[in-house]
Amino acid sequence: MNGALLEVAAISVTFDGFKAINRLSFSIGPAELRAIIGPNGAGKTTFMDIVTGKTKPDEGQVLWGEVSRNLIGMNEARIARAGIGRKFQRPTVFEDQTVFANLLMALKNTRAPLAVLFYTPKRRDVARVEDLAGEIGLAEQIRRKAGELSHGQKQWLEIGMLLAQDPKLLLVDEPAAGMTLGEREHTADLLREAAKTRAVVVVEHDMEFVRRLDCKVTVFHEGSVLAEGSLDHVTRNQDVIDVYLGR
Amino acid sequence: MRTLFRTTPSLPVFLAVLVVFTLGVTVLSEAYGIGALSTSFIKTLGKTACLALVAIAMDLVWGYTGILSLGHFAFFGLGGYMIGMWLMYARTELIVLDSLAAAPLPPTPGEISDAIAGQIFGVVGAADLPMVWMFAHSFWAQMALVVLVPGLLALVFGWLAFRSRVTGVYLSILTQAMTLALSLYLFQNDSGLRGNNGLSGLQNLPGADAIPQATVSIWFFWASALALLLTYVVAAFVVSGTFGSVIRGIRDDEARVRFLGYPVEGFKLFVFVLTAVIAALGGALYYPQAGIINPAEIAPIASIYLAVWVAIGGRGRLYGAVIGACVVSLLSTWFTGGQAPDLPLGFYTVKWVDWWQVGLGFSFVLVTLFAPKGLGGLVDLVSHRLSPNRHGAALGPDTGALREKEAEQ
Amino acid sequence: MIRRLITAALLLVLCSATAQAQDMTIQDVLQEHREALEKSSRRTIGPVIDAIADSDLPAARLVLERWRDREMWQREEDGLFFYGEPVDRSTERLFDFETGADVGVYSTRDLDQLKPNSGIQAMIAAALVTFQLDDPDPAQRRTALEAIARSGEASHLAPLRRSITKETDPVLRAEKERTERLLTITFGAADAERVAAIEHFRGSLFLDVRAALNPLIATTTVYAADLPPDANVKRRLRAGSADLPVAEAFALLVEAGLATPPPTADERKSALVARIENGQVAGIPVAALDTQEARDRAYATLAAQGDVPAWDPQFSEARAVEETPFAEVYTEPSAAVTTAAEETLRSINHTVAWNQVLDLSLDGLSLASIYFLAAIGLAITFGVMGVINMAHGEFIMMGAYTGYVVQQVIPDYTVSILVAIPLAFAVTFGAGVAMERLIIRRLYHRPLETLLATFGVSIALQQIAKNVFGTQVRPLTAPDWLDGALVLNDVVGISYIRIAIFVLALIFLGIFLFIMQKTRLGLETRAVTQNPRMAASMGINPGRVNMLTFGFGSGIAGIAGVAIGLYAKVTSELGQDYIVQSFMTVVVGGVGNIWGTLLGAGLIGFLQKGIEWFNPSNTLAAQTYMIIFIIIFIQFRPKGIIALKGRAAGD
Repeated sequence: MNGALLEVAAISVTFDGFKAINRLSFSIGPAELRAIIGPNGAGKTTFMDIVTGKTKPDEGQVLWGEVSRNLIGMNEARIARAGIGRKFQRPTVFEDQTVFANLLMALKNTRAPLAVLFYTPKRRDVARVEDLAGEIGLAEQIRRKAGELSHGQKQWLEIGMLLAQDPKLLLVDEPAAGMTLGEREHTADLLREAAKTRAVVVVEHDMEFVRRLDCKVTVFHEGSVLAEGSLDHVTRNQDVIDVYLGR
Repeated sequence: MRTLFRTTPSLPVFLAVLVVFTLGVTVLSEAYGIGALSTSFIKTLGKTACLALVAIAMDLVWGYTGILSLGHFAFFGLGGYMIGMWLMYARTELIVLDSLAAAPLPPTPGEISDAIAGQIFGVVGAADLPMVWMFAHSFWAQMALVVLVPGLLALVFGWLAFRSRVTGVYLSILTQAMTLALSLYLFQNDSGLRGNNGLSGLQNLPGADAIPQATVSIWFFWASALALLLTYVVAAFVVSGTFGSVIRGIRDDEARVRFLGYPVEGFKLFVFVLTAVIAALGGALYYPQAGIINPAEIAPIASIYLAVWVAIGGRGRLYGAVIGACVVSLLSTWFTGGQAPDLPLGFYTVKWVDWWQVGLGFSFVLVTLFAPKGLGGLVDLVSHRLSPNRHGAALGPDTGALREKEAEQ
Repeated sequence: MIRRLITAALLLVLCSATAQAQDMTIQDVLQEHREALEKSSRRTIGPVIDAIADSDLPAARLVLERWRDREMWQREEDGLFFYGEPVDRSTERLFDFETGADVGVYSTRDLDQLKPNSGIQAMIAAALVTFQLDDPDPAQRRTALEAIARSGEASHLAPLRRSITKETDPVLRAEKERTERLLTITFGAADAERVAAIEHFRGSLFLDVRAALNPLIATTTVYAADLPPDANVKRRLRAGSADLPVAEAFALLVEAGLATPPPTADERKSALVARIENGQVAGIPVAALDTQEARDRAYATLAAQGDVPAWDPQFSEARAVEETPFAEVYTEPSAAVTTAAEETLRSINHTVAWNQVLDLSLDGLSLASIYFLAAIGLAITFGVMGVINMAHGEFIMMGAYTGYVVQQVIPDYTVSILVAIPLAFAVTFGAGVAMERLIIRRLYHRPLETLLATFGVSIALQQIAKNVFGTQVRPLTAPDWLDGALVLNDVVGISYIRIAIFVLALIFLGIFLFIMQKTRLGLETRAVTQNPRMAASMGINPGRVNMLTFGFGSGIAGIAGVAIGLYAKVTSELGQDYIVQSFMTVVVGGVGNIWGTLLGAGLIGFLQKGIEWFNPSNTLAAQTYMIIFIIIFIQFRPKGIIALKGRAAGD
C-alpha cells in the first residue's frame, strides 16, 4: 500500500511455544481511523506491544513513516518520540499529580533529562494544556489530582495526554471499558476528531462502540488477519461468524 | 527563586528554621557565645546536619524516583575517604617536616614523601605511597575527587543497572552488593587505604593546631548547615517542575513514562549520580567532624539505616527526610550514649544501651505498617493536606480499579 | 632377659647366611673404640655406633640397647665392657654380652657406668632401627619402618634392603620397598638406581615423594663465568630478566668479589653529615642540600678531594651486570638424576593439578550446598510472594541458637542434633508464620516496604540475640562421628560435616520437590505463584498458602542455621554473614524456580572457591571480585539463570 504511515510486514512472535502472532501483516494510512476486533487471545495486545517496542518479534518488520524506518530494535521511549502514542486498557495516569502536571508532562516537548530539568513552561505551553483540558472536558478539574477523578475522566485524561504528545499514530486499547453510555459517546467523538489529523487504531470488544466509530475494521484471529473491511462487510464474513460463534 | 518558593511551600519555613537554629547554636557555643553547649555536642549537631543532607539525597532517589538504593552510604563514605586522604596527608606532612627540621641536613623531597608514607602506612606494613594517593598532596585535586570518584562509581553502576532494566527489590539487592563489595575491598590491607584501620586524626585541620577544637567545631557546624541549606534548595529545584513530575511518574509507573517518550534510564541515572555526589559532599563534611573513617562505616547496614531515617521521617517530602535523619540519629546518640535513664520493670531492668536497637527495629516496623507517611504525615494533619481519599472498597483486585461509588455515577 | 637372648639367638640363625667368620667378638669391637666410648662425646661417638651396628655380630643389638638404657658398665681393673643389673644401691651383677654369662657381682666403686646423653641416645636409637626392621614382631617392624620413613639416613639403606628379602608380611614388604625407593632417591650410590627409583614415582600424589624429590631440583643462582666443568647447570640466565632481577644479580657479583657496591644514599648522607664544617659541606651551605642533586654534587666534591670513598653518579647496577653470565645450578651434581627428577615432578604436578581441581570442586560443592540451604527459604518466599525477607539471616541465626540451647539441655551430641533439627524448624516456622500474619500480610503489593519492615525485624532480632546470649561465640558441637575428614589422597579430602551438609541439601531438594509436585499444598502454592487472582477464585485461600509458604521457607532457614552453626561460629551476626550471599544466589538463580536456586548456589559456590584458588591469601578480595562478577552477570541475564518467559513475565 503506497503512502502508508505504518506498515507491519509478516511479523511472528512465540511465547513458550505458543504462537501469539503468526505472520501478521497490517498497514494504516496517515489520517485514518481503524478498529481492530477479535476474540480473546487473537494477539491484539501483543500486536500493540510489538509496535510500541515492548515486545521484540521473532521475525518480520515494522516500517514507520515516509522514509519507512524500521522500528524493531528501538526502545519504547524512542518509538514514542518518533510519533506513536499508546493508551492502555486500564487507565494509567499519574494519580499523585494534578491534571495539569499530567498533561504538561505529556506535551510534545524536549525529553532529555538536563533540558527537562531547566525547562519552565512557556505561556504557549500553558495555553495548549488548558485547551486540551477543555477538549477532554476536564477544564474544571485542571488543578485537581488525577487520583481524585472518576474512572471515565481518567480515560479521557489519558486520551488527552496522548493528544498532547501530538503523535502521528494513536494506539488505543479498549477505551470504552467501564464507561457509562454518555461517556462512551464522548469518547467516540474524541477519537473520530483525533483521526482527522492522524492515524488512530482502536482495539475494542464492544461492537456497538465500533459501530459508533464508523470506520474500517480489521479482524484478528489466532495471531493473523482474518478479514478486513467495513463493519457490515466483516460481520457477514463466514469465517468471522465461525470464529465468534464457534464452529 | 520565587517560583521555587511557590512550588515548594516548605522551603521558606525550612530556611527560616535552619537560620534561626544555626544562630541559636552559635550564641550558645563555647567559641562565639555563652558556652552552654559542649564542643562534642556541637560536633554531634554538625554531623547530624550532614546526615540530614544525605537523607535528602536518599529521599530524592527513593522517595521521589522510587529507586530504593541501599548504597548511598557507600558514596557518603567514599566522600569521607577522599577528603580524609588530604587531611591525613597534609597533617602528616607538617609533622614530618617538623621532625626532619632538626636533622643535620635539610630533607629532600624524596625523603619527605618516604617519611610520610612510612608514617601513614606503617600500620599495614607498607612503606610506599599507593597510586591512589597520587593527588593527596593537593587540596583542590582531592576536593575534585570527592565529587568525581563517587560520581563516577554511581555513573558506571547506575548505567549498568538501569540499562538492563533491573528494578524493585532486585535493584536494591544489587546496590547492597555494590556496597558490600566496596567495604570488603576497603577492609583489605593492600587496598591502599589502610585496611580496617581506616583514616584517623581527621579532626585536626592541617596547620590549624593553634585554633581550639571548640572553634573548629562551630566552623564545621556552619559549613554543614550551609551545605544542608544548599542541598535543600537544589533538591527543591529538582523535584519541582516537569523534572519532578517525570521522576515521580517513574516512581509510580515507569512503563507509562517510557511510552510518553521520556528516556527513563537517563532520568534515573541523573538522579542517581546527583544524589551520589550530594552524599559524597555530606561525607566529606561529616568525617572531619567524626575524626575517623574506616570500612565498617560503609557496611551495607549503614545504607539501610539511611532508608530507615527517610521512612520514619516521611518519604517523598524533603523536610520529612531531614526530620527523620535528625530525630533518629539524635535519639540514637542519646540512647546508645548511656544518657537515657534505665527503665525498671520490676522483674527486669531495661538498659537502653542494650535495648534501644530493639525498640528502633520494632518502631520502624510500626511506622512502615501504620504510618507510611512517617513523621512528616503529622504536618499533613496540621495543614489538612490529605491525599485523595476515595471511599468505598475496590471493585476489582487491581490497584486503580473502579470503586463502588464511581461505578454508580 | 630370656626373651632377648632367644631373640639374639634367632637373629644369629637368621643372619647366618650373611654372618662372617666369627673370629671377632663384640668385646673386640668395643675395645677397639674404648677411648671414644670412655669419652662419650657426641661428636666422636658416631663411628663407634656405626662400627657396632655394622659389625653384624649377634650381640650388637644387645650392646646398643643396654648402652642406650644406661645399663652398660666398664670394669675398671681390665677395661672390659659388660651389662649390669642392679643388686642393691651400690652393687651390680654383670653379664657378658656375647654369651649372657653371669660374670659376678661388683661394687659400683670398681665400675664405670657409661652414661650416654640424650643426643647420643638418639643416635643409638637410630642405629637400632635397622635391627628392629628384622624383629619378629610385625608391630616392631612397622614402628621401625615408620621411623625410617620419617627421618631416613644413608645408613638405613643397606639394612632396609637386606630386610626386604626376609620380609614375610606382604603389606609390610610393599611398604619397605616403597621406603627403600624413597631412600634410594636421596642416598642411592649409583645414578642408575636413583633414576630408576625416581621414575617409579611418576604421577604419585604422596607428599613424602614430593618431599624427597624437591631437594633434588633445588638450584642456586651463581655467577657463571668460571663454573666448574662438571657443574650441573639447569639454565643460563641474564640479569634483568624476570628470574634474575638486577639487584640480585649485582649482589651475586659483589659476593663473587667482582664488584664493589657503591656507597648507598644513606652512607653518602652520613658522610656528608660527618663533614659539616661551619654550616657548610665542601663549600656548599647546608641549607642548600635539600635536593638529591645538591647532595650528590657535594659528595662528588668531597670524593674528588679524596675525603670519602669514590662514587660515580653515572653508576648503574644494570650496566654493571649487563654482559655478565649467570647460571642456575642444581645442588645435586648428577644431571641424569636431576633430569629424571624434573620429569617425574612434572608428571606428579600434572596429577596434582587434576586432583586439586577435584578437591576444589568438592570445596565448591560443599559451599554451594551451604548457600543452597541458606537461600532456598528466601527463594521460596521471594518466588511465591515476591517478598524479600531481610530477617531471613536472623532466622538462620535463630536456628543455630536453637541448636546451642538444645545442646545445653541434652548433653549427648548425636541426640541433641537429632532433636535440634526439627526443633529449629518448629521455632523458625513459628517465627515465620507470626511475621507473615503480623507484618507481611499488611504490606502486599508494596515489596520495597516489606523489605524495609523485615529489616526492622532483623535489627531487633539481632539485638535481642545479643542481649540474651551475649556477644561471645557460642559453641555448637558436632557429634564424634562427624569429626574428621574423608581423605582420598594427600591432595583430595573433605570433612564429614561438609558431606553431611551436602546430604542435608540433597534431602531438602527432595523434600521441596515432593511437596511442590505431589501434595495439595504444593499444587496450591504453584497456583498462587502463577496467578493469585485465578487461584483465589478457584477456592484456594491465598492468605493461608502464603502463610504456610512463608513458614516453610523460614523453617528451612532454621535448619540451615543448625547446619551452618556446626562448622561456623554461632554469634548474633551469623545470619548477616550469609544473607548477602543468599540474596545473590536468589538473584543469580532466577525467581520462582528451585533449579534456578540450585544453579545459582552452584555458580556462586564454585565461583567463590575458584577465585580464592587464584588468590588464596585474600578471601576479602575474592568476595569483592565475586560480587562484581555478579553485578556484571545481571547485565546479561537480568532475570537470573532460569527466567520466566513470555507474557507472564511481562511485568
